Amino acid sequence: MAKLNVNGRILDVAAEDDTPLLWAIREQIGLTGTKYGCGVAQCGACTVHVDGQAVRSCAMPVSAFTEAQKIVTIEGLAPMGGAQHALQKAWVELDVPQCGFCQSGMLMAAAALLAQNPRPSEAEIRSEITNICRCGTYNRVLAGIQRAAGTATSG
Amino acid sequence: MTMQTNLSRRFVLGGAAAGAFGLGFHIPAAGAQTVAAAPAIPPEINAWVVVKPDDSVVIRIARSEMGQGTLTGLAQLVAEELNADWSKVTTEYPTPGQNLARNRVWGNFSTGGSRGIRESNEYVRKGGAAARMMLVQAAANAWNVPVAECRAASSVITHVPSGRTVRYGQVAEAAGRLTPPADVPLRDPKEWTIAGKPLPRLDTVEKTNGAQIYGMDLTLPGMLNAAIRACPVFGGKVRSFDAAAVTGRPGVKHVVPVGDNAVAVVADTWWRAKTALDALPITWDEGPNAGASSEAVAAWLREGLDAPGAVVGNSAGDAGAALAGAAKRIEAVYDYPHQNHACMETMNATAVWTPERCEVWTPTQNGEAALAATAAASGLPAARCDVHKIHLGGGFGRRGAVHDWVTQVVTIAKQIPGTPIKMIWSREEDMLQGRFHPVTQCKLVGGLDAQGKLVGLTMRISGQSIVADIFPQNIRDGRDPVVFQGLNAGGGEAMIGYTIPNLLIDHAMRNPPVPPGFWRGVNLNQNAIYLECFMDELAHAAGKDALEFRRALMANHPKHLAVLNAVAERAGWGRPRTDGRHLGLAQTHGFGSYVAACAEVSVSAEGKLAIHRIVAATDCGHAVNPQQIEAQIEGSFVYGLGAALYQECTLKGGRMVEENFDTYPMLRMEEMPKVESIVMPSGDFWGGVGEPTIAVAAPAVLNAIFSATGKRVRTLPLTKVDLRRG
Repeated sequence: MAKLNVNGRILDVAAEDDTPLLWAIREQIGLTGTKYGCGVAQCGACTVHVDGQAVRSCAMPVSAFTEAQKIVTIEGLAPMGGAQHALQKAWVELDVPQCGFCQSGMLMAAAALLAQNPRPSEAEIRSEITNICRCGTYNRVLAGIQRAAGTATSG
Repeated sequence: MTMQTNLSRRFVLGGAAAGAFGLGFHIPAAGAQTVAAAPAIPPEINAWVVVKPDDSVVIRIARSEMGQGTLTGLAQLVAEELNADWSKVTTEYPTPGQNLARNRVWGNFSTGGSRGIRESNEYVRKGGAAARMMLVQAAANAWNVPVAECRAASSVITHVPSGRTVRYGQVAEAAGRLTPPADVPLRDPKEWTIAGKPLPRLDTVEKTNGAQIYGMDLTLPGMLNAAIRACPVFGGKVRSFDAAAVTGRPGVKHVVPVGDNAVAVVADTWWRAKTALDALPITWDEGPNAGASSEAVAAWLREGLDAPGAVVGNSAGDAGAALAGAAKRIEAVYDYPHQNHACMETMNATAVWTPERCEVWTPTQNGEAALAATAAASGLPAARCDVHKIHLGGGFGRRGAVHDWVTQVVTIAKQIPGTPIKMIWSREEDMLQGRFHPVTQCKLVGGLDAQGKLVGLTMRISGQSIVADIFPQNIRDGRDPVVFQGLNAGGGEAMIGYTIPNLLIDHAMRNPPVPPGFWRGVNLNQNAIYLECFMDELAHAAGKDALEFRRALMANHPKHLAVLNAVAERAGWGRPRTDGRHLGLAQTHGFGSYVAACAEVSVSAEGKLAIHRIVAATDCGHAVNPQQIEAQIEGSFVYGLGAALYQECTLKGGRMVEENFDTYPMLRMEEMPKVESIVMPSGDFWGGVGEPTIAVAAPAVLNAIFSATGKRVRTLPLTKVDLRRG
């Protein structure tokens, strides 16, 4: 039994200690926006925030967390009150997703980047966002981050 | 947008769970998708269009949305002819069971070959147009005026002489009772106001907040979760497994055989099922392929490059004589490896089986094929089965022709009657149990005359046939009709863009023990590499510019030439450069569309490749949603370049070696070039856009690499090739 602080709620999670945070979030807590893609921290589809840092939740056991650590999933990315995060707004404006399966992780990785580096250069975005997308949305992901950061250039 | 998922009202469960599948229930997740039972008489105008009393329009989409934008494009085509208010349009998927019960009123459900829009555009537009005519007729009847005096626009009908108006929702019920019109004229695409426009997708918002439900996310009441392992050696079987070793583990409920080659653990959660499966002792009978290897396959294919008995795909003149008499002869052998689709969402499905009925929920590119697999595995007639299509986390061909995972989940569910079973493949299972991009080699021989003009060309393809494995009934006289994609003489599909007076293209079929599949772009991928890279080799041998050399052969292929010229001009082909960057060209025709690319690359002295910029052009005839076509073009470079740069599934001991993204790398954002798309629809045909551009990605880059390094890359992936200087 673990206690997790997810999207502002403290939850009892009946999972074995070695259960990855990803699967506790998906199966015990029931939030399915965080995706399983590889299970070996390669693809980033499972990215959540832990105290503001982007974490690949498929490779971290629930026993590594305490209720003092604030976990945020894609369902908790938008500020309270239903408004969109600036990245979500940019994503909709640019029609970033294709199949969309990787996009929760992309958005969480991008949000953590902007929280630490509000105006990243293109090179910083390219090196920091290492999530995998098979449909090939990278250029629109890049443009979406730049739009949200206010660094978009025309054309 | 809200996507409605219709769960069957007829499904009745036995035992304690009875009632759980009553008149609709909610998938307990963050809720973009409500699951509601259809009313007894749906307020439909016809099979394609439902107009509700509140004026909301539900457009039925038979094809699958897997990221390619077909859902939005098809809805645009229907809404265009319907004169609907686009802001009120939603969509829903009919089930293949409903299609069966209604005499296939929605036609083909298959979503592959970039056919989603190009193959169905006419009948879905007629569906929209017929519905509009019926709505207008209903209004005219109500007003007792001639229909010719009425106009429909943005879901409102106006009686022009009197100025009276009525909304679609007010006449929908009456319209649905009218006899459909026999003659349904369609609008000239030049007059389109909804179709042809770069409208936003209908399915974006829920993909940005975690609300989109994929197959993997589905939850049904009382559901258990299954993890599965099939024999990793192709053709192998389960010899034995020791269920007692894991039945005491937390949450484990069942350990069951699945067919003769797989074992599943069923538990309360998937993670517990997966970890128990990892601990389950299984012994395999590896069967006759246990010694198969990529090296042995390559040797066998190499033998096929000169073997007799090949099947001719395209020929002209006398290639042998032309080569014998040529002033200069150039020869090269290329190869293309096995590759996995690697959809971001691994294969998965949920099934409930009872002796009376079987239902499946799954991401599928072809609901009808999934229904056939369900019926076959369930032991029930298709009329007692149905498949509910859940949004796909990628398809790329893996979820289309072969529904092996559906067969598995039904086989599991049948052993646990009445309990919904969700089966998810691990990434490792997905990598090992793929339907792989076929492996081929190609020997090309070209002959130049004294002026450097191409007088003859032979292309011998040796290797695997997808069709022979999946649709063997379509092999006629030993000929695989798909293996010559991009090389066909005519017929309107996948046609070669060059006129070569003496030509022989043939195929020596060699099918290794690896299950092949239709992998996004299919055989156009390697055929375009073979032909377009060799064209560069020939141009170089002739001492001619690669663009001018091609142009001299393309006078009879104006649409191929137009896209090639477009990219060359935009990319600045022929301009002297001082920035160390080099260009490479490629063009092809496939899935009904003409495509070309010009890649701009540099290669460092240490051999590091940087792809800076791609210019890509597509002539798809009609462009239903230009911004989504651009998205498909951009995405095609990720798929095509990831494959060319990094991806190979290596056969060893009869199984694939690579099991996850650490050994099967993907293109990531850091390597992603800028892509400039030129969408140039010429208007007199309908071409697809999801696949063709993939085929020009690799050859454009490989030709640019030659320009930069003088090295010809004839084997893939590029990780096998040393690009260092010297």
